Amino acid sequence: MTQATLHPSDIPVQGTTRVDARARRTAQRRRALHWVAVHSLGIAAAAFFVLPFVFVFLTSVMSDNQALTRDLWPHTWQWSNFRTVWDTPGFLTWWRNTLLYAVGGTVLTIVSSLPVAYALAKFRFRGRNVIMMLVISTMMLPPQVIIIPMYLFWAKQMHMDGTLWPLIIPMAFGDAFSIFLLRQFLLTIPKEYTEAATVDGCGEVRTLLTVILPMIRPAIAAVALFQFFYCWNDYFGPQIYASSNPAAWTLSYGLESFKGAHHTNWNLTMAATVLVMAPVILVFFFAQKAFIEGVTLTGVKG
Amino acid sequence: MSATVHPLLRAKRRKAALRNLAFLSPWIIGFSVFFVYPLVSTVYFSFMHYTGFNDPTWTGGKNWSYVFTEYPLFWPALRNTLWLVVVMVTLRVVFGLGIGLLITKIKTGAGLFRTAFYLPYLAPPVAATMAFVFLLNPGTGPVNHILGGIGIPTPGWFTDPNWSKPALTILAVWGIGDLMVIFMAALLDVPKEQYEAAELDGAGSWTRFRYVTLPNISPIVMFAVVTGVIQTMQYYTQPLVAGKVASGIIGNSGQQFEPGYPDKSTLTLPQLVYNLGFQRFDYGSACVIALVLFALAMAFTTLLMRRRSGFLSAED
Repeated sequence: MTQATLHPSDIPVQGTTRVDARARRTAQRRRALHWVAVHSLGIAAAAFFVLPFVFVFLTSVMSDNQALTRDLWPHTWQWSNFRTVWDTPGFLTWWRNTLLYAVGGTVLTIVSSLPVAYALAKFRFRGRNVIMMLVISTMMLPPQVIIIPMYLFWAKQMHMDGTLWPLIIPMAFGDAFSIFLLRQFLLTIPKEYTEAATVDGCGEVRTLLTVILPMIRPAIAAVALFQFFYCWNDYFGPQIYASSNPAAWTLSYGLESFKGAHHTNWNLTMAATVLVMAPVILVFFFAQKAFIEGVTLTGVKG
Repeated sequence: MSATVHPLLRAKRRKAALRNLAFLSPWIIGFSVFFVYPLVSTVYFSFMHYTGFNDPTWTGGKNWSYVFTEYPLFWPALRNTLWLVVVMVTLRVVFGLGIGLLITKIKTGAGLFRTAFYLPYLAPPVAATMAFVFLLNPGTGPVNHILGGIGIPTPGWFTDPNWSKPALTILAVWGIGDLMVIFMAALLDVPKEQYEAAELDGAGSWTRFRYVTLPNISPIVMFAVVTGVIQTMQYYTQPLVAGKVASGIIGNSGQQFEPGYPDKSTLTLPQLVYNLGFQRFDYGSACVIALVLFALAMAFTTLLMRRRSGFLSAED
């Protein structure tokens, strides 16, 4: 055990010349330099990505007076800022609305997109590629392209202006990006699994629920995360449909008005910013792997 | 053809067709109601005078000529979009690739670095934009404080028409996590033997990057560029919120906000749809902008699908 840790380069080789030893040492030094260079660059880059979070956080705990100065480090840690933000009229309502939009939207998206993705991946029928092309085209479409008739429809015909329903209901009818991502993942599952299940007398719905669903859990997780983040971050949708009614605002939309009401208090605005960012970051830490797999799947597959 | 098909087989086929229809039905409804109908409507309204308070009346090409010749915000917005496509997309791809390369080389604490590089991508756009308007604010912002400290000139960032787009670009480069992950996966897929062969031939690190790495990952670079352009067409929340917050407008209180603060420099096409439709109640002209946006997005999407037929390949 004590002898076992000898590195090959430590063993004296018969007939090693001085030149070899020097060459080896140069190579080692170069490798060490390379390590230092790469990691210094990494630390510099990390500073660029992380420092904004740090400054935002430090400002969020400053006192009102200090937030007006150029100081970077808080003199006193005024944790009550978070309390103040939390107690702001409306903040809790925005929170609840955001959660309703994000959770409701995510569940509906998955339930409606999965069968479509399954059909596009596993059934052979005429027009399948055309449908796939249409799915991708709508995926790339800016939401502003169809917003005028959509708004008129929801506001004038359905009388749902001032609510989030115009954003949640369409998610019960499939989301292009989710369909695309689920299909890409379903393609990687060998046909034999579905065929075996069908031979065993499973109907397609049962096959999908009992055989396929457990296998594509990572893809479902990725889609759920993407959709959750999309709803949580959405600004345009609530701006169009909910702006007339503060009781229907979401965090992303309300946050901006917060800046308006507290326009010199950067500390409170930054505390609100922290409170909007925090849940997203927490979710990410719990589901990091699924998320990164999802990103890779969209970009690299195919 | 169907005349020769056995009745049993035909019944089976009909069953399969029904099954396909059932599985696809959410999308078929969604596509018709939330895409085809509004798109056709948008074309219709683009030829109508409509404010929401009157009945739509036919105006022919009036909305179109208004948008292209009289509407003062159209050309600035298009110019801004072009600027963002050239500068922001390029920088995002270059930095994304750089960070992707860096992360493949990092040996110690790779997971920690990866998380740090990825995290900003997740920050909600409104929150991230507000954070950057604060960080870059000319009066008390930490960035200018530090720049001033080392004796570098301190720009007005979001309050200066010449610096507002560079400031948005910094914000966009900050949120580069998606590209980093995509490039990282592509870089790890480059066959190791090719690097070894190049090294035996005495290729330096630049030569290896130029003649081994780049050719291998060029489809992914292309993907990143085209999706970057498409995202830039949709660029809405960040420039709008930056303009509003930096101008000191009281949030959503209904106070009219002249879009594109400062001096139209942060205007983008999607903002014009909002400005015309929901601030000026000129739905017809808003639909003209929407169709311009549609044409641009479609053109680049077609390019993307041409380039990456893999999008459509069914592996069976």
